[in-house]
Amino acid sequence: MDSIFQGLFQAFHLVLTLDPDLYRIMALSLRVTLTAVVIAAAIGLPLGAWLAVNRFRYRRLTIAVLNAFMGLPPVVVGLFIYLLLSRSGPLGVLGLLFTPAAMIIAQAILITPLIASIAHQAIRDLWSEYHDLLISLNATRAQRIKALLWDGRRALLTATLAGFGRAIGEVGAIMIVGGNIEYSTRVMTTAIALETSKGNLAFALGLGIVLIGLAVLVNLGIHWLGRTERASNW
Amino acid sequence: MSSILEALTADEIAPVAEAGGGSILPLRLEGAVARIRGKTLIGPIDLTIGRRGLTIVMGPNGSGKTTLLRLMHGLQRVASGRVIWALPEGAVRARQAYVFQTPIMMRRSVVDCIAYPLILHGTARAEARAQAAGWARRIGLGHVLNQPAPVLSGGEKQKLALARALIRRPDILFLDEPCANLDGSAMRDIESILIQARQAGTRIVMATHDMGQARRLATDVLFMYGGKVHESAPAAAFFNQPQTTKAQAFIKGDIVE
Repeated sequence: MDSIFQGLFQAFHLVLTLDPDLYRIMALSLRVTLTAVVIAAAIGLPLGAWLAVNRFRYRRLTIAVLNAFMGLPPVVVGLFIYLLLSRSGPLGVLGLLFTPAAMIIAQAILITPLIASIAHQAIRDLWSEYHDLLISLNATRAQRIKALLWDGRRALLTATLAGFGRAIGEVGAIMIVGGNIEYSTRVMTTAIALETSKGNLAFALGLGIVLIGLAVLVNLGIHWLGRTERASNW
Repeated sequence: MSSILEALTADEIAPVAEAGGGSILPLRLEGAVARIRGKTLIGPIDLTIGRRGLTIVMGPNGSGKTTLLRLMHGLQRVASGRVIWALPEGAVRARQAYVFQTPIMMRRSVVDCIAYPLILHGTARAEARAQAAGWARRIGLGHVLNQPAPVLSGGEKQKLALARALIRRPDILFLDEPCANLDGSAMRDIESILIQARQAGTRIVMATHDMGQARRLATDVLFMYGGKVHESAPAAAFFNQPQTTKAQAFIKGDIVE
């Protein structure tokens, strides 16, 4: 119980004293996660809409695989990317291993199926509602997808936030491809893992509380920008 | 309660064909059949929809009224037979419009919903919204221009659907029981818009169960029964001297199974 109170104290202390290490780690966490979310949303949202609108031979199989990939084990993804980016790997020449770019790639790969799958389910429902209208209005395939993405934007925001939630709390993959290097690739989750392994439980808990606060703040901010609650009835 | 509609001008409502664009009508169905999973829904059907008038499609539930409208509009695939328009296939879809029994409301404002077909076909957004706002005011939706379409009342939704269908000035308008579940005032407004559209030259084909509405609006009637056109006649002839026993019973209000 003492550790929890000490953790809370540490969290307030770190935030209120403007601890430079904490703010550096927080900034990198946000930069890596938000970049990964933007990339994953740019791929996952149109992919989900495309799967909802199009009929093709292996559609069910594709959707089943996509759903299965929502649960990709982060450590395996991290290992796979490590092998790709390591000096002897096919993409080793890019020199991305142990950089924030590698962490962004790992997170984007992990959350793209999640965003695409949730988006697909939301768009599929909207498509069944709009189908006859959009066909009747002679909308092209691209116009249908555009209308569905725009009118389903609130559900898609939820899909994107789910991706953010998974990415900001991810540790396994980014530990492997980022290396948890101080002043370079250390983010909130890897710092928590390190402090825990060193026995600094109160400090680790403090970081954890700050991480949760950060995730809540970003979610609230995006909900506010998207006016999700006010316009939830349409 | 008096109608809040304003008269629509010919420029707003007359079909593009009236301005010299060449009509997609007449429409001919030759032995047209609609099937789903091997089961015949309607057909074979032979009929011609000419350039003028308002055809009412009547018949008991399950007789195939909606399927016939969808077949003509292209929402239902033709399993066999032919649906032939006066212009090539590529030109006809954009010159038709369809109003569904349950209006499909996009998750947008009223003005954006009405403007959507124009934007879809290349009109600049500002111009499309200006035209849509004009339409909305004329049909009594001026007070809800910026409200979300899904929260409108049933009558307002159907007016919106009608405005959205007519804003591109189609040659032919299909309506599937547009006044089902509407009160007298909303029904009168819808009928007023339909009469203006018909007078401006829009060909209308409408399914309805409402005998009074059919008598008020129809220039001719298609009576559907068992997936086939059981009787086809000018409105006066159909209502005064129906030729088949099923149609006679339907007009009298007897149960037709």
